[in-house]
Amino acid sequence: MSAIAIIARLTFREAIRRRIMLAGLVLGVAFVILYSIGTHFIFGQIAEEAPLNLPSQMAADIMMAESTNTFMMMGLYAATFLSIAMAALLGADTLAGEITSGTIQTITTKPIRRADIVLGKWLGFAELLGLYVLLLAGGVVLSVFIRTGYTPQNLLLGLGLIYMESILIMTITLMLSAAFPALATGGIVFGLYGLAFIGGWVEQFGALLQNDTAIKVGIVTSLIIPSESLWRRAAFEMQAPITGSFGSPFTTTSVPSPLMMGYAFLYLIVVLFIAVRIFQKRDL
Amino acid sequence: MADAIDTNLLRKVFGDYAAVKGLTLQVQQGEVFGFLGPNGAGKTTSMKMLLGLIAPTSGEASLLGAPIGNREAMRRVGFLPEHFRFQEWLTADEFLLLHGQLLGMKIDDLQQRRDELLERVGLTPFRNKQLRTFSKGMLQRIGLAQALLNRPALVFLDEPTSGLDPVGRRLVRDVIHEVSAQGTSVFLNSHLLSEIEVTCDRVAFIQHGEVVRVLELGSLSNDQTSVTIRVSKLAAESLNGLSQWGREIQMDGELVHMIVASDTVLPEVTRYLVSQNAEVYSITPNRMSLEDIFIETVGKDGGL
Repeated sequence: MSAIAIIARLTFREAIRRRIMLAGLVLGVAFVILYSIGTHFIFGQIAEEAPLNLPSQMAADIMMAESTNTFMMMGLYAATFLSIAMAALLGADTLAGEITSGTIQTITTKPIRRADIVLGKWLGFAELLGLYVLLLAGGVVLSVFIRTGYTPQNLLLGLGLIYMESILIMTITLMLSAAFPALATGGIVFGLYGLAFIGGWVEQFGALLQNDTAIKVGIVTSLIIPSESLWRRAAFEMQAPITGSFGSPFTTTSVPSPLMMGYAFLYLIVVLFIAVRIFQKRDL
Repeated sequence: MADAIDTNLLRKVFGDYAAVKGLTLQVQQGEVFGFLGPNGAGKTTSMKMLLGLIAPTSGEASLLGAPIGNREAMRRVGFLPEHFRFQEWLTADEFLLLHGQLLGMKIDDLQQRRDELLERVGLTPFRNKQLRTFSKGMLQRIGLAQALLNRPALVFLDEPTSGLDPVGRRLVRDVIHEVSAQGTSVFLNSHLLSEIEVTCDRVAFIQHGEVVRVLELGSLSNDQTSVTIRVSKLAAESLNGLSQWGREIQMDGELVHMIVASDTVLPEVTRYLVSQNAEVYSITPNRMSLEDIFIETVGKDGGL
């Protein structure tokens, strides 16, 4: 087994054994159950009442499709947020904590590269987040599908982008964790996430009001931290046509371009590379 | 054969504070080498530089003939850190397997070695217990087993007996003797001078990040001997005459204390005293303890 694989497996097992992941899973399952209960009752009522209040069956069908999609995007938005929180929690203590406690000393003095340690941890967290996103976002999609038979368009691409957002946040956290203590790392990551969130909003309003400056502010924020733009692209890919024309946090009006997606991917690779470099240079 | 450790003016500066000023020392293969010095002398920083945990500011060093940080060399190095914390959610068994895998050991060899070492450090009954349930002494034992998994050619032990009861200390001492007999070089950092004294072949005294003295412990009795002479009717000028064989001469009633370079001068001293018409009752050489030498070398203030 390669050193990267050993560290990845260790990271995976640690998250399971130390119950961080367990806590996350319990919350995740609770979230999915709550969501599916909500789905059940809300769509039951829409299916009953829409034909009575709307002029034609076609209008009722459109109403049903649009509200299904909106409700699903709301669920996916929450799932994305929970995945990001999990990404930050997993990553914040990992290198920082092991450097503080000295656990890292017996690992780095083994005949392995320091890069293997960072990449192994990254891989282990990526696996965990994959499962987590699948549970949460998959649970949302499945709940709606079971109740209404609806699946959004470009589902896999959308879920892939949501997964990539959680990976991006995890990678940034890992990089900060190589340089700063755990608490500072967590603080900076949530600060950055907040920045991306506000920037996204400014851009959305800018698009609605057709204000170029506001849109540019949003784009610059996305260049600083492209996490929110991944969510907005995911929402764009999956949303129903009419929903997209209204602004809401769960949907998107100003669509990040494929170029921005490419940028986010490159950004992720660069951050991972910097994480490795910081850890290689650091006195332990 | 290359030295186990060879350093030349190894230096580490943190900000404007030189933690290690210029460490130059050689440790031979198969030697048990003690690293002594007062707190803050730069012992742990030196050890961390040798292990590649801290990058030296300047100077050079090699382990087992390869420059520090070389991965092939690290395959044959073991390390027990001071104040270590391990992956406490692992069981003793899993912990040793993890570290063996990181060393690149073959699984059959690793399992056999793991069982051997668990038995040797007395932890076989606890092998399926998580490390979080271990006492400090048990952790020290599993840490020692971890450091010896790969049958290292060179093992670094940083305060291996801290927190151990006398039985545990004895175990560590015996294990050091065993691995040394098998040809492993041991680099031992300890505050317990009595431990060093019975374990090490050679010691280096380090102060302000420099080696101030290297001593062969086998030659301790010849190198530094304090002598107590019980004598009466010794004239003052005769007492002064003793200075040709020794120093730090003190008279305390009938007892004269002095330090001589070697106990081979004692017959001469006896003849001299007799020729001075003094009445000699006894001459007792006292071997100087490592503690005496330590204090003589670094000073009573510990070099602060």
